[in-house]
Formats: sequence, C-alpha cells, structure tokens
Amino acid sequence: MSLNTLATLAAEIATGAVRIVDLTHTLDPDFPVIILPPEFGQCARFRMEEVSAYDHRGPGWKWHNLTLNEHTGTHFDAPAHWISGRDLPHNTVDAIPVSDFVGPVVVIDCTQGAEKDDDFELTPEGIAVHEATHGKIPKDAWVFMRTDWSKRSGAAYLNMKDDGPHSPGPTPEAIQMLINKRDIRGFGTETVGTDAGQGAHYAPPFPAHYFLHGAGKYGLQCMANLDQLPPTGALLLAAPLKIKNGTGSPLRVMALVADGAS
Amino acid sequence: MSVLPPPRKSPQQRTTSPTQPPQVRSRAAMALSAAAAEGRFVLQVCPECDSVQYPPRDACVSCLNTNLMWQDVDPSGTLLAQTTVNISVNLYFRERGDWRVGTVHLDAGPSVVCHLHCDCVTRGRVRLINRLDRAGEGVMIALPEGGKATLQSDPQLNALSSDPTHRRVLITDARAPNTPMLAKALLEAGAATVFVGEAESWLPYPTRQALDKVKNVEILPLDVTDTASVQRLAAEIGGKTDILINNARFLRPGGVMARGSTGFASQEMEVNYLGLMRLAQAFGPGMCARTADGVNSAVAWVNLLAVSALSNQPGFGTFSASQAAARSLSQNMRADFRASGLRVMNVYAGPTDDAWQQPVHPPKVAPIALARAIVTGLREGLEDVYCGDVAQDIAQRFRENPGLLEHEVTAGELG
Repeated sequence: MSLNTLATLAAEIATGAVRIVDLTHTLDPDFPVIILPPEFGQCARFRMEEVSAYDHRGPGWKWHNLTLNEHTGTHFDAPAHWISGRDLPHNTVDAIPVSDFVGPVVVIDCTQGAEKDDDFELTPEGIAVHEATHGKIPKDAWVFMRTDWSKRSGAAYLNMKDDGPHSPGPTPEAIQMLINKRDIRGFGTETVGTDAGQGAHYAPPFPAHYFLHGAGKYGLQCMANLDQLPPTGALLLAAPLKIKNGTGSPLRVMALVADGAS
Repeated sequence: MSVLPPPRKSPQQRTTSPTQPPQVRSRAAMALSAAAAEGRFVLQVCPECDSVQYPPRDACVSCLNTNLMWQDVDPSGTLLAQTTVNISVNLYFRERGDWRVGTVHLDAGPSVVCHLHCDCVTRGRVRLINRLDRAGEGVMIALPEGGKATLQSDPQLNALSSDPTHRRVLITDARAPNTPMLAKALLEAGAATVFVGEAESWLPYPTRQALDKVKNVEILPLDVTDTASVQRLAAEIGGKTDILINNARFLRPGGVMARGSTGFASQEMEVNYLGLMRLAQAFGPGMCARTADGVNSAVAWVNLLAVSALSNQPGFGTFSASQAAARSLSQNMRADFRASGLRVMNVYAGPTDDAWQQPVHPPKVAPIALARAIVTGLREGLEDVYCGDVAQDIAQRFRENPGLLEHEVTAGELG
C-alpha cells in the first residue's frame, strides 16, 4: 500500500499532477529581519563572505562562508526559542522527531483584512468563518495565515513606524483556540514573525510565540507563495537544519499540491 | 586664487600616474614627519644649552649632547633669500614646473631651506609650517606672517592639502547621527557632490529627512558589513570618489565582563574593523590610481575613530578594542597607500553627542565640531586630528607616557 502510494506520488510529481510549491524567500543580505530594542542582542543578517572564487585563494573552486541567525530569512521556530518552551522535551531542532517535518497544512485566507489593515488580527471568529467554508481544522495540521504580505518589499515589509512595526498576526485567543481546541502542529506566516508587528502589546506579549512554543508547537515565518496553496489538502515539507540545541533554522519550505485540491 | 571646477575628463586621456617627492629621511628627521602628521611645528632643542637645531641631527650642534628633545618652537622668521628651480632631476618637481624655495632665518635661531608660498617676499616676515608632502614626509613651508595665506591659495602648495574643493566625497553611513552635518560642511567647503551610503533601506531612520534636504547629496546603497554591497558601490562610484569618510560605527557600552557573549563585540568588529577593511579593499585601488588625476583627484581617506583607540576605556571596553583594531588597520592602509600619495587621516574624538553616550558626562563632541575638524584637517593635509578637549588631552598623555595613561584610565580617573 505504502509502496504504491509513493510510486503514485513520484509519478504524479513527474507529470505535474502534483505540483511542488516553493514557500521560501531567497536568503539575501537585504531581506529584513526582526528588529528588537537596540539594548538587546540582534538577529544577524544573512552574509556571504567569499572564501575563494577560482583564484589565488583556491584556483579550482568557489565557496563562501555564511553568517546568519537561526531566525534569519524563511525560518522554523522550535519550542526552545521561547522561554515558555525551554523545559519541554525534544524542544530543539535536532531533537524534534523527523516525522513532524512532513504533514498537512491548512491555509486561512486573511488577504482581504490585511489589505485594509496593516494590524489585521486573526481572531477565533475569523477561524470559525474559515471552518464554515473549508471544514474543521484537523488535528496535528500546520495552520498558515495567508496575508500576501510576502508580496511587499523594502520598508513596506517590516512596516516600521515610530511605535514599532505594523503587520498582521493572531490574537492571543485565536492562537489559544488553535492549540487547545484544534491541537495544531504549528502556525506559519508570511510576516517576519508568527506574531503581529504590534504583538508586544498583547497579554502575554508575543502570544503566538508564547503559547505555541509553551505547548510544544512549531512556528514558520517569512514564507512566500502562500497564494499558490489551497485552503486544505496540501502536504508540507519543512525540515530545519539539524543544529545541536538549535532554537530554529532557516530552511527550504515546500508544499505538495494535488490537482483539484480545494 | 580660486581653483576653477575641472572640465569633464576626456575618455581618451590616460590617467596620470602619481609621482612622489623624495622620500628618504634619517630616523632623526622622521620626527618632523610625525609632527607634520598633526600639523605641529617642532624642532630639536638641547636640554643642556637650549640651542634650537635644524636640520635634525643626533647630537647638539653646540655642546654635542645626544639627548635632543623635539619641542614646539616659535615658527616666526625672515625670508633671507629665494630662488626658483626651473628644472629638477626629481620627476615630481619636474612635472610641476618652476618651484620656489628660500632660506628662512628663524627667530628661534637656525636657518631653514623651505618651500615658499607665492606671496612671500625677500626680507619679509614669514611663519613656517610643517606639513606632510605627498610622499608622507614632513616639509617646511614659509607663509607670509600675519596674512591669511593658506596652502590652498598657492597652486603648487595646494598639493600638500586634501582640500575638498570640487571633490566628490563618500560618507559611508547615512544612519550615523553626524552624517547630515558632515555632508553640509563638506559641501560648504566646496565639495562638488557628497555620496552617502545607506544600509538597510527597509528600515527607516531619523537622519534621512535631514539628508534629503541637503542639495548635492546622493544617497546610495552601502552596508559596510556586506562585502558584496561594498564591492557594488565601488564598482559604481569608485572611480569618482576623491575623499572617503568612514563614519560607520557600531557601539554598545560595556566591557568584557559586562557581556554575556561575543555578540555585540562581533558586531563592533564587523562594522568598525572589518567594515573599514572591506571599504579599503574595494575603494582603495581605484582611489590610489587616481591621486594625480587633476583638480579633483583622489586625495584622502578619513577614518572617524574614538580616542579610546589609543588606550582602552573600560566603560566602552570592547568598543575601544574595535577602535584600536581600526587604528592599527589605518596604519597598515597608510603603508599600502603610501606609494600613491593617498592620505589616510584619522580623526579622533572623545565621547560624542549621541544616544549611546548619553549617560557620559560632558564635554562631548557635537557633530558640528567633528565636521569642522574634518574640513580643517583636510585643508591642512593632516594625518592625525584630535577633535575636542578630551581627545586632545588623551592624545597628549598618550604621547608623553602610554603606560601612565593606561593606569589613569583603567583606574577610573579619566573614565
């Protein structure tokens, strides 16, 4: 049965009946990272330093040293990223069971709200509206908040104002509902974090980080191309690098989408 | 005499290669160069018999005492005689045509053969200045006493200065709080254009509005922590950068033990030390190739450094270490740039008037003071400028006794 399933899948990928969608931004020195108050340590930007380029530093080969944070670019958050998840078992990227890196994904379309309001909130009511059309979010699924925010670039992406960044995110109630009532695997966004730009002002601050990781759930952020995913039915491949005690990792996020997926 | 703006260069014209005045100096005479780097007029004075010596020597001309001391002395004198050298065997002077030299009898005693400003007259009163020539060696120049004569007002002596007039300046960090003032000052000093490097255009910053209001400022992408970004900008404007002012700086308070990790220290090194190296590697070759390229030739590289580069200030301990590294690198740049005549000017300041040094007691260096120090230093062709009372005091103590300065600062007396 399994052998047949995999053979069918391989064949359908080859024919294009199953599309593979890349949900990843290119690692680029100019891609924004989260900005914290300057007294705190900061997220390292992505940097590439040439080691050699077929020259006197190494005549036959070209390669680079990379510098980046675990949370630079399109990246995965493990439970150990947040203080609420620091004492959980298997809370780092090297310890998470690999089966968790492949699973179903549900996409909640928040584009209309996010277009009108930079601080658009995903609420329990918004989740209910999604479920009324697309069915109940299944247990152990990834839930993505689609805002089309990834189509923004430059200053409009972080959208930093004098009172901090402004970008959409879930309310504390919404994220608690997804965890406690739907038992999701993780939550993903197109913005720089799983929380809203103004997420520091919720109680607790940064509720998505706080509640997700406290419950052993995962985060994915800075994703692209969520508009190419169906609301339900896609299969997500999101495997962070195996970093010892890593709290997260840049990664290539891909989704398998079958023809006819709703 | 004002210098006219240069016409646009013919693309068929070969860029003139830089040549240099004579370089060889005795060790004794090199002390003149060291003083010229700071624009000081010094001569050897015998502590036994008080006789002032010139040229530099190893023993007193009067009493043979071998312990001669370099001291600031009265630069006033009388021009005894002058002549004009029409043809020189030295390529540098040969290219520059007639060159005036004269003998000045100093009131302090000795007579000095020196370069003459065009307004000097025989038997007239003059004052001598000691400046670096394009070989980086100290030379004496006579200016008319009491007048307003400057290096810029003599077409040949202007080559000793790094005058911003008609030159194109790159200031590397648009986000630094001093950038709008520096840009304004350089333009007021005659710079044709000020390019300003802007990192992370995705993140707004307060000085942007002020910069937008300054005419002849061009904001271009540049992040000194990103090698590719530095190389891109050098590819774009490296051939028309005549003065580079590196004001990119990362600073956080704290020393070794105040930090739980090397995080901030590595950012300090990335910006303050490796950033300077990236700029030097990308912009240095093009600038060095253009030091004889007419009126708006490449002329100077300016590093803004904290005076804690000389001796570590514990309250800003790891930042001081990055400044010391940058200072050391600037010495290496001087050696590498020497053959081209491109001058590396370090402008040292004490605490500056900005957010990260807000809890530090005054006196603090305001952006306008820094801007004035840079413009003056460029016009005077200096290599080392100490801006403000704190920097000047620390520099004086460093010259006298670096070990004592270290004890004073680490014991908190000057911290």
